[in-house]
Amino acid sequence: MTGTTSRDPRQPQESALVLPRYGREPEGSRTPVAFPGYRSTALRAPLRTPVDLPHRLTEVTGPVLGEDRVTAADADLTLRMGGEAQGQRIIVFGRVLDSDGRPVPHALVEVWQANAAGRYRHVVDNWPAPLDPHFDGLGRVVTDGLGRYEFTTIRPGAYPWGNHHNAWRPAHIHFSLFGTAFTQRLVTQMYFPGDPLFGQDPIYNAIPPTARHRAVSRFDLERTQDNWALAFQWNIVLRGTDQTPFETDDDGDVA
Amino acid sequence: MSSPHLSPLVRGAREDNDRVPGTPRRGSGFLDGPVRLGTTPSATVGPYLAIGLTWPDGPHAVAEGTAGAIWLRGRVFDGNGDVVPDAMVETWQADPDGRFAHPDDPRGPVTVPGFRGFARSDTVDGGQYAVRTLKPGPVPDGAGGWQAPHVDVSVFARGLLDRVVTRIYFADEAEANAADPVLAALPDDESRRTLIAQRTDDGYVLDVHLQDCADKGMAETVFFAV
Repeated sequence: MTGTTSRDPRQPQESALVLPRYGREPEGSRTPVAFPGYRSTALRAPLRTPVDLPHRLTEVTGPVLGEDRVTAADADLTLRMGGEAQGQRIIVFGRVLDSDGRPVPHALVEVWQANAAGRYRHVVDNWPAPLDPHFDGLGRVVTDGLGRYEFTTIRPGAYPWGNHHNAWRPAHIHFSLFGTAFTQRLVTQMYFPGDPLFGQDPIYNAIPPTARHRAVSRFDLERTQDNWALAFQWNIVLRGTDQTPFETDDDGDVA
Repeated sequence: MSSPHLSPLVRGAREDNDRVPGTPRRGSGFLDGPVRLGTTPSATVGPYLAIGLTWPDGPHAVAEGTAGAIWLRGRVFDGNGDVVPDAMVETWQADPDGRFAHPDDPRGPVTVPGFRGFARSDTVDGGQYAVRTLKPGPVPDGAGGWQAPHVDVSVFARGLLDRVVTRIYFADEAEANAADPVLAALPDDESRRTLIAQRTDDGYVLDVHLQDCADKGMAETVFFAV
């Protein structure tokens, strides 16, 4: 402390549990649950304002999932069913952090994606693009002690969908993360830089303009592998614990 | 200090250069607030979530063969009152002693062997989710009181750009439910009813209604901002 006034640290009430509070992204930079241009939200996104749920034990804890849910082969989506997937081989890597900048170590990261032609291996995806016998589109990794993750895959293709006339989804990889608390759960999509399909995609454009760049990976020449693969970096930021020093009645110093 | 070009922060500082509460120290050069990184925006799970999020043991919050295990079931409905067959429901809850399978539970670890407390179920079966678990016990509310037995629920689907969060309470816990701070904060019994699961032969059932459907007499479930 460098403050000009001194103050005893606050003692927690002994009868009360001391729980972290997870900060919430302001509405202007958080994806809304509904977006008019994304037609499926019309009948699915709840219409009433959600009720604030204070963070208690159930919300500040969450499933601890890690090494036991992955195998080494899960980190390479290009080698499946006895052969190599078609397409541009890429390395996707980055760190999982919370909004306080702390790494989220030993955390499960689940990913899924379309193949190089833009087709998912799923019964309801039947547009006329080829399936790849050596690509199932599923990957799982666990972050290391510094919150780093990395997997090898092929660059997914764009694909058409029925949202509007001639609608195409920009190439993307789906990500699912738990963090360490129920409040931190995140399911999202990673995009590739400079995709010309961004402008007509309501799922991308549902993200407020100030936050869209956070959904786009960065090409990293340094991490490409000679004669092997391109590389894209994408850091993922989960909600951190609320630290609002000015809400206290002290002199505003930050320890 | 008469320059008209000084920033409001500098003009607002005290003559002795001490800090006015809530403003940075003049010229300190140090950050005066914590660094906050912007969080990654959420996106829909889309229609192909089964590729990435299917686990053979997904619906099981408890180890197989656990005595007293029950099924939590229900269907997910949209604003037309039609079932949503491509959603995913995830549940997170305490064990029968009210403890969580998580290192931050300050009261110690769960007491039931093989209790994960977490389950995920798709709704491919006619819009129905099904989770095998143990009924949770009461959980401290952090202020000296108790929350009624409950399960935190996340619903993901095509057409939802973020998860929606709700809770499952239990109809046979009327007394605990009446004292629960979350239920008490809801405006009326009609809202509370959307969160209370009813007894079945092998557990409990609670449907999730993403929106009202007046034609079919369906009321939107209470969802929470966490």
